[in-house]
Amino acid sequence: MLEKALKGSPKYYLWIGFLLLVIAGASSVYITQLIHGLTITGMSRDVSWGFYIAQFTYLVGLAASGVMIVLPYYFHHYKKFKDLVIFGEFMAIGAVVMCLGFIVVDIGQPQRMLNVLLFPTPNSILFWDMVVLNGYLILNLLVGWTCLECDRQHMPHPKWTKVVAYVSIIWAFSIHTVTAFLYQGLPGRHYWLTAILAARFLASAFCSGPAILLLVIMLTEKLTTFKAEAEGVATLAKIIVYAMCVNVFFFLLEVFSAFYSNIPEHMNSLIYLFKGLDGHTELVPYMWTAVAFGLGSLALLIPPKLRDNRKLLPWSLGILVIATWIDKGLGLLIGGFNPSPFDTVAPYWPTGKELIVSLMIYATGALVVTILFKVATEVKQELGVSQKPAVSLETEA
Amino acid sequence: MKLYNGGKIITGLVIFLGLFLTPLAYNAGKAAYSQPKLKLPVNEKECVESKEYMRKNHMQLLDQWRDWALRDGKRVYVNSKGKEFEISLQKTCMKCHTNKAEFCDKCHNDASVSPYCWDCHIQPEGLKK
Amino acid sequence: MSHTRRNFLKFMGLAAAGLCAGSAGSALAAAEAGPVRAADALKAKRWAMVIDTTKVGTKETIDVLAKACHHAHNVPDIPTKQNVKWIWAASYDEAFDQPNDHGNDAMEKREFALLCNHCTHPPCVRVCPTQATFQRPDGIVAMDYHRCIGCRYCMAACPFGARSFNFMEPRLYLDLNNLNKEFPTRMRGVVEKCNFCVDRLAHGKQPACVEASNGALAFGDLSDPNSEVRKLLREHYTIRRKPSLGTEPGVYYII
Repeated sequence: MLEKALKGSPKYYLWIGFLLLVIAGASSVYITQLIHGLTITGMSRDVSWGFYIAQFTYLVGLAASGVMIVLPYYFHHYKKFKDLVIFGEFMAIGAVVMCLGFIVVDIGQPQRMLNVLLFPTPNSILFWDMVVLNGYLILNLLVGWTCLECDRQHMPHPKWTKVVAYVSIIWAFSIHTVTAFLYQGLPGRHYWLTAILAARFLASAFCSGPAILLLVIMLTEKLTTFKAEAEGVATLAKIIVYAMCVNVFFFLLEVFSAFYSNIPEHMNSLIYLFKGLDGHTELVPYMWTAVAFGLGSLALLIPPKLRDNRKLLPWSLGILVIATWIDKGLGLLIGGFNPSPFDTVAPYWPTGKELIVSLMIYATGALVVTILFKVATEVKQELGVSQKPAVSLETEA
Repeated sequence: MKLYNGGKIITGLVIFLGLFLTPLAYNAGKAAYSQPKLKLPVNEKECVESKEYMRKNHMQLLDQWRDWALRDGKRVYVNSKGKEFEISLQKTCMKCHTNKAEFCDKCHNDASVSPYCWDCHIQPEGLKK
Repeated sequence: MSHTRRNFLKFMGLAAAGLCAGSAGSALAAAEAGPVRAADALKAKRWAMVIDTTKVGTKETIDVLAKACHHAHNVPDIPTKQNVKWIWAASYDEAFDQPNDHGNDAMEKREFALLCNHCTHPPCVRVCPTQATFQRPDGIVAMDYHRCIGCRYCMAACPFGARSFNFMEPRLYLDLNNLNKEFPTRMRGVVEKCNFCVDRLAHGKQPACVEASNGALAFGDLSDPNSEVRKLLREHYTIRRKPSLGTEPGVYYII
């Protein structure tokens, strides 16, 4: 089926070429990092994880989010999602690839990476994160690819794919729970040390992930003959807004516990992020942007009239993505590391090189997603399902 | 039996074989390999194990030494003759083999291996900026 | 035909026997050699340290300890926030989570020597995905720099900020003419920290900072009621850093 990714319009080739160019160019900066070490990043002794791990955390959410389509489809036989399922699964593959990429660029001795397998350590959550992420990658490849191939051959899906799909649904919850456990079991990091962190991660993932997916699907509709069922899109938007409400609610629970109890350790990270601490206000404008965008997205998504407006929807989803990206990305990371174990504030901001290396991973993810979506839309076109009413033979991507 | 696309396949095979055999072509006509001359310790005649054993197994021995000293806290090695040595690359090995360039590097360079022991451990001839 | 099945089996049997004998021979040769503990090594069930902050309570006096330690272990001096340190001075508010806005003057001015606490329940060991950091039976939390992949999970897990990452090649910031040639340096990309001088204890020596402290630091076996550290703990009021986190630090401070 992969041969479908080899034939495309000049525009498609231009895009692929552009991504390859970005990857090649940015990898030269990654090579500098390999030579000189992580000193090229903005990380420090006190803020020992930064932009890379923030992206990793956020993208695990994107990987897990496909389940918001797969679950209603498989568990509740919600047929309106039929044409979206494959995109959910393929998006998850792209997301996991980026997650693994961000881990690799973050570690100091990548050539020793396999030590995690050579000396398996079940008491380390990082070990389990490695297991669940790779497992999720395999599950999605297996189900997505097999089902698409069967569709193409006009064959029924083999029975085992259903079993594997069920497993992958549960698995999706596990990958984000385990990723939250990376943080929430650490003594002395009070912003993370909270039982609701896993729930917050899931809520944030289930709004931001489908939002990104929906944006990419709308783009796919623009560029190909593919047309998603309107009711399916509307349902997904509804899921997104519910998840975002829960996400905001969970965050407010944190705020209540911290400030009503008045315990300094619980308040300080929030104060640092939203008001500034010890004269350090680096993240304040950034965090309030997240608040404004988050509330703005709710205002644009809760009223059905605005939510169903397909012209407005991309913008509502866009600001939702930015809000959650700030909150669960750098906000979570830097808020967790500050105040430091010495009750001091250690500011952090990614360096240009750090951002370019991240761009390399994002371009890789975009490449994977482009190729997989290209294959999926071509197959759908070949079958004549989920196509635009006036089928034009000219494809643009 | 007919070979389909025969021309392409045979061309491909020839190119493959050509590339595969480049190392042979590259080394053709050069002198045969001779073992490098190592500078052996002046004052010490015997290593922690026999010369043959060390030549063949020093990497495994160092690997075990590392885990014994660092992880198990056992820092004395009793060799096959019952003689005791402190388990330490810098304090035992390199006290006799006083020059990394004249000893370690000789064979390692020939064999194209570059163990990264010296990224951390300090060679006896000292470090240069 | 000579190539009967019978002959083939005979040959295989012989070959297998030969292989067994070969490996048994090498096993015998190896059985003799092996590692033992040094006779003069200092031993304990649980190593611990007591720091008398009334005796070593200024930046200058703690710097003496840091200098001895950092020289003994080739710790680089990096003048950025990506620095490496094994033992250093910090104020009361930085060291302890018991803030007091109206504390006495002595405490306000005093500096405290901070180092790895070698916790009984070390979170860093719990999270390490490769067992590169591990707890020895004598309570010392040690690092295996050969195995560390540099994921820095231990740094996030340590509530005492005791760990440093080699963001860059440490030798760039070491005086290469003044290294301790008995101890290695580290390489870029691994995490490091105080090792309670396991290398010195193995040779019957006290830790470098203890030796340099003029008796202000005591080091000994916490499980031995007659040890110096236990005697000090009986006679003085001591506190530990962040006891509420349950890590059970092995470093005590006489106040």
